[in-house]
Amino acid sequence: MASETTHHVAMTLADHLPVLQVLVPFVAAPLVVLLGSRKLAWPLAFAASAVAFVISVLLLMRVIDGSVISYHIGGWAPPLGIEYRIDAANAFVLMLVTGISTIVLPYARESIAQEVPQRHHTLFYACYLLCVTGLLGVAATGDAFNVFVFLEISSLSTYVLIAQGSYRDRRALTAAYDYLIMGTIGATFFVIGLGLLYMATGTLNMADIAARIADQGSNRTIHAAFAFIVVGMGLKVAVYPVHAWLPNAYTYAPSAVTAFLAATATKVAVYVMLRFMFSIFKPSFDFEVETLELIILPFAIIAMFAASFIAVFQTDLKRMLAYSSVAQIGYILLGIAFLSETGLTAAIVHLFNHGITKAVLFMGVGALVYRSGGSFYDRVCGLGRSMPWTSAAMVIGGLSLIGVPGTAGFVSKWVLVQAALEKGWWPVAILIVLSSLLAVIYVWRMVEALYLAPAPEGRQATEINAWMLGPIWIMALACIYFGLATDVTLTSAQSAAQGLLGGFTELH
Amino acid sequence: MRHHLILRVITKLLVGTIVLFAFYVQFHGDFSPGGGFQAGVIMAVAFIIYGIVFGLEKVQQVFPPWLVHKMLALGVLIYAATGIVSLFGGMHYLDYGVFSPHHPEHGQHWGILIVEFGVGVTVTGVMVAVYYAFASRPPRMSDEEW
Repeated sequence: MASETTHHVAMTLADHLPVLQVLVPFVAAPLVVLLGSRKLAWPLAFAASAVAFVISVLLLMRVIDGSVISYHIGGWAPPLGIEYRIDAANAFVLMLVTGISTIVLPYARESIAQEVPQRHHTLFYACYLLCVTGLLGVAATGDAFNVFVFLEISSLSTYVLIAQGSYRDRRALTAAYDYLIMGTIGATFFVIGLGLLYMATGTLNMADIAARIADQGSNRTIHAAFAFIVVGMGLKVAVYPVHAWLPNAYTYAPSAVTAFLAATATKVAVYVMLRFMFSIFKPSFDFEVETLELIILPFAIIAMFAASFIAVFQTDLKRMLAYSSVAQIGYILLGIAFLSETGLTAAIVHLFNHGITKAVLFMGVGALVYRSGGSFYDRVCGLGRSMPWTSAAMVIGGLSLIGVPGTAGFVSKWVLVQAALEKGWWPVAILIVLSSLLAVIYVWRMVEALYLAPAPEGRQATEINAWMLGPIWIMALACIYFGLATDVTLTSAQSAAQGLLGGFTELH
Repeated sequence: MRHHLILRVITKLLVGTIVLFAFYVQFHGDFSPGGGFQAGVIMAVAFIIYGIVFGLEKVQQVFPPWLVHKMLALGVLIYAATGIVSLFGGMHYLDYGVFSPHHPEHGQHWGILIVEFGVGVTVTGVMVAVYYAFASRPPRMSDEEW
């Protein structure tokens, strides 16, 4: 049979890994709805997520040496067809997304059972899987328009997931609506940028766009495309002046959703930004250098301080963490703005380390809310004694957020300071350290509320069960592990940074 | 709308025709303008007009909301499963050549037909679901209060 089809060589399962990565959660989502069983929804979602995680690990192992896998959807060769293109940079992101999703799901099983009415559980897990699908698709694809399509899949399901918080607090509805408006504006800007790029180059394949821009040099259309794409993705990343949707969305979404989104959604958006800034538009592109140094860099530094400062004065623990996320995104952008390999490595490492750190903290807050019914400081105070395990994990997360040596957060800040010194930007290095001091203050406020403040009279809070505690501690231990075994993350991040800076190697 | 005799009679006549036209647009889509999206919307229109004239309860007897939900998922699954068949044939995902290895062009034809059917199922479901979602909202104030 295969001999008859001239241009087709029979493929093995290993060849299909790039598409299976996206396909497994994608098929599981409608299956959950079609079966319509509350009992089967969670096991199916977990199985799909776990399989996707295994696939992402296999993919990362194949590309860690700097090689590239190209998969042609429908057998149509790029640049005409849609291509999935896996290299070290996006394999790293794929592993982050599937890993976090797999670890958060057991936690979600308990917390969603409490926060969302039972009749919505099947649809909830279907949305969750679609969100995972979208994020994986954005990372896996090598087609610029396909990025937009998957971005919309993940965004639309994200809006629904955030709105699920409305059974606990009605404000989740306005938060989801705000995010819908901002997210849609972001996506529109992004697609306008793509349209302009298409106009200038006549192609949508990323590698092809990069090659054509390199050939024809830049012009006003390409400048405009770059600006639209950076602003559009900036909205999704929650870059400082356009971050307004993030605090509310993270505060009112169900705990499991917040933990998952904080660790993955903004990170995937950062990845898209990196891909466009470094692989499609080259750092040698003058307009990009100016944009980064004159706009992104100052805003990143403002974000580091202003958002941390706002976080210090929050009365709601979950909201404090949300503002801290905006500040931490500032560090990632700072790494990007250095436009050097070390800076980029710092950005990618921080993307991962901040992901796991925030997953611990948001799951921890979720656990506190699960027992005390609210995330305000006066509701959670004194819980350090009645919920020792959860609180201890949160302290580890907090330390990692500050960047204390021995935790994951330290590694990324260390590389970031190195990148600043490498460039000779002493003041920036000092600012990084100073803004970390603000993190000390807001993390201390959390520790103070948990351990030192007296517990209110008559509250019966006990430690949560292993379904929730397990994921929290896996993440907390990961924070310490990646703080000590720095080789793992640094090597992958460096490989990813080199891959991004190297642009697209010729494959076809 | 019990007193609108003409509307009711015409609607009854139209519904069948609309459904028939939807199937035409669906399965003739590869020779003339059309395809799953358009067919799905036309199909949904048949149910929506029936719902508008005879009321939400009547149309939901014919097309219950649980079925709408299943259709949403089913269509996507048909699409995805078509691609998975290609994987088992040792080809790229969604390479329809697998349906007729000796004549890949025919395979493409059949593949598109199946995939578009999936699209049609989902789009019908989505349009009807949107209509149900709006129509089943309780009115804020009754007409008499204006």
